[in-house]
Amino acid sequence: MKKLEYNTIDEIVYTEKLENGLTVFLLPKQEMSKVYSFFTTDYGSIDHTFTPIGKTKKVTVPEGVAHFLEHKLFEKEDRDVFEDFGKQGASANAYTSTTETAYLFTATEKINENLLTLLDFVQQPYFTEQTVEREKGIIVQELQMYLDQADRRLAMSCVQAMFKNHPVRNEVLGTEESINAITKDDLYTSYNTFYHPDNMMLFIAGNFEVETIMTLIKDNQASKTFEKPSEIQRFMPHEPTAVALKEITIEMPVSASKCNVGIKEYSTELTKEELQSRLLLQSMVLEHYFAGSGKFYKELYDEGLIDRTYFIETVAEADHGYSLIGSNTENPEAFANKVKELLLSTNDLEISPESFERMKKKRIGQLLRAMNSLEYIASEFVRYERFGLDFFELIPTIQAISLEELNVFVKNWVTEDRLSVSKMFASE
Amino acid sequence: MKVIIDKKIEINGVNLHIIPSKKYKTISIVAKFKAPLNRQTITKRVLLPHILRQGTKNYPTRADLQHKLDDLYGASLSLDSSKIGDYHVMSVRMEIANQKYIQDESSIIENAITLLNEVVFNPNTKDHAFSAPVVDREKKVLQQQIRSIIDDKDSFAQMRLVDEMCAGEPYQIHEQGYEEDLADITPESLYDYHQSLIQDDEMDLYILGDFDEQRLTRIVEQILVRKQPEIQSSATSETSEKQGELKEIIEVQDLQQSKLHVGYRTGVTYKDRHFASLLIFDSLFGGYPGSKLFINVREKHSLAYYVGSGFDTYTGLLFVTSGIAAKDYKKTRSIIDDQLKAMQDGDFTDLEVEEIKNLTSSQFLEAMDFAQGLIELLYQNQVGGRTIGLEKLLEEIQQVTKEDVVEMANKVVADTVYFLTSKEKSE
Repeated sequence: MKKLEYNTIDEIVYTEKLENGLTVFLLPKQEMSKVYSFFTTDYGSIDHTFTPIGKTKKVTVPEGVAHFLEHKLFEKEDRDVFEDFGKQGASANAYTSTTETAYLFTATEKINENLLTLLDFVQQPYFTEQTVEREKGIIVQELQMYLDQADRRLAMSCVQAMFKNHPVRNEVLGTEESINAITKDDLYTSYNTFYHPDNMMLFIAGNFEVETIMTLIKDNQASKTFEKPSEIQRFMPHEPTAVALKEITIEMPVSASKCNVGIKEYSTELTKEELQSRLLLQSMVLEHYFAGSGKFYKELYDEGLIDRTYFIETVAEADHGYSLIGSNTENPEAFANKVKELLLSTNDLEISPESFERMKKKRIGQLLRAMNSLEYIASEFVRYERFGLDFFELIPTIQAISLEELNVFVKNWVTEDRLSVSKMFASE
Repeated sequence: MKVIIDKKIEINGVNLHIIPSKKYKTISIVAKFKAPLNRQTITKRVLLPHILRQGTKNYPTRADLQHKLDDLYGASLSLDSSKIGDYHVMSVRMEIANQKYIQDESSIIENAITLLNEVVFNPNTKDHAFSAPVVDREKKVLQQQIRSIIDDKDSFAQMRLVDEMCAGEPYQIHEQGYEEDLADITPESLYDYHQSLIQDDEMDLYILGDFDEQRLTRIVEQILVRKQPEIQSSATSETSEKQGELKEIIEVQDLQQSKLHVGYRTGVTYKDRHFASLLIFDSLFGGYPGSKLFINVREKHSLAYYVGSGFDTYTGLLFVTSGIAAKDYKKTRSIIDDQLKAMQDGDFTDLEVEEIKNLTSSQFLEAMDFAQGLIELLYQNQVGGRTIGLEKLLEEIQQVTKEDVVEMANKVVADTVYFLTSKEKSE
């Protein structure tokens, strides 16, 4: 077990890669009442073409298998695992994103029992034809709920306009058709490949005793047998640099029209150094110009093009990244033109040393604020680890960014062929 | 459990709550302003926090204010307002980095409290009026926000349920305000209302984090000065009894998923000695993934992705919400009714009650690990009409028996059913 000390933020992390490949991180915090456990696999909705473990031929499973698996793992032959957690005083949950699937619980007592429940339910699948069929009704209802959410639909349309082939353009849940096509065998094939301990991480934070918990995890893992770990082969289609569609328009029964502008930041696999700087610069620059203190925000506000639904969002993953700027707006056309004009104007702008210092201060404060949350620490720590980076070294990394580096980024940030617009109008 | 000390002291017309804790890397500061819910003032009260966020005397534009916050290591500042029982509360929240994690910094907290004071008491006004363009703009934004409730089907269905269920009660007043009030609101009238809010509302200030208490108290004393208003009151409402027959309202919109919401009256609120029983009842009925509703509506019959219950602490109104296919309306309703009946008949075990008590206590403790969560719980305890302390509440939860829950279940009476559905797909 390795001990990692982070003096600038008063944290200590213990870590070990177990024999079966599982990576464990323990972050003890005695002043908390609770323990948060986060068990995650490097597997999301985009991973649907791959070579199954022990096989040589690649397969493509229907869209939505990763999310379907997340639902199904909670159901066992004789019971629902949610109830087990409830009985042990814990609140459990799970989620599936484009790039990962996570299972988690929070508890203030019976930590050992709950931890074993977490490890066992994720590592002991039970799927039958009949239970798979029954789940389809629930998941289709979940999909219908999202389809009624206009903001989500519009953002998704913008992503689809930007990305031509990359599966980030698909709904995490899949489509009604693909959900209905999923079989028990699809679930087992994907499960056996992506839920191998070598592809998973366990992060535990909060009030617990390190040695006891590590022993418990090791004993539990040693009692199970897994195939030999092997590198998972995933296949991603080629994705061009430019957007697929410059513009897309949809209609829904909404009270206000809406517009999103998307920046297709990148669409090729980055090195970890490139990704490190992307993760910081992309969001710092977007915020500098477009957040509440930014001068672009003021222009949009003064011209009456945005309201309180205005948002900015940025995504940086290993092989794709994008940013969105959106709002309800009376005039989607004017909003889109203005935002595009502002974005393109950054090619000729430079950030001043004074603004640069403010940007760094702001980012450090935001980070400390977010670090109050064990949930946030766990998910970010694991995400950075997946990229080969260290989340707890982020403050020194921010302090080390140079103004030149930032201004080079700004200069090359936006090009017209990487911008997409999605508009939504009220249907009659 | 760990003792949480909420030392309330009255200084300069403010109920000051200083809560030292080493759990966080930041310091949270929350100011609360409370007044009775009133149809005449609600829209002004909703508008005001958004105007205050647009600038102060010393930082007159939103960008100036935001620059100041960025300089304070990305301090967050948010203003919002909400209904608490029959009262309306404006909250001003700040969260700042604890200076101990940042080299050569020692004045973030003073600067933050000064800024908070300025945002609330010294906004950007001139000649007894707020800036006209800012007011116009924010009125328009609020109008759009009120209209867009219809885009969020859950909130819309819940609002319509409460409209029908609580007609004539203060709780019916919309916490997002009313579009028809906006035309009469002027920069001058809003200025007048701001004056009365800062004078007459009851003000509580919570500061939570790792700091020197005495030094902090002195800082607050120097910065914040106001006159304590005379009226102090709890937020608990006198809920009316169920009147007459069960109401059923069905409305139609163009949507994919139908929303079924049911409102019940329990007659039990935070100040009541049965409050702990209500907490346990709600969990068993629809408050967690092993509950009667979740197991029967979702797991056994696959009718919904989400179904659950929740209640309002101050009015004792309890709501079941679910998203279903239009054709499953009758079936789902009857399953929901069966689950309440099962609770009333005591169709659950002592063991389940014990487990839920532990889960509920655990959720309280978890909420207290979260700075904003802890402050909300302390405020709830302060205004809930029975200042019992969070530890006492946890004790009362542990004392709840199965008989208490059955007794509680029998007080629960269905009042109104609201169904929002689509044209084509209904039965």
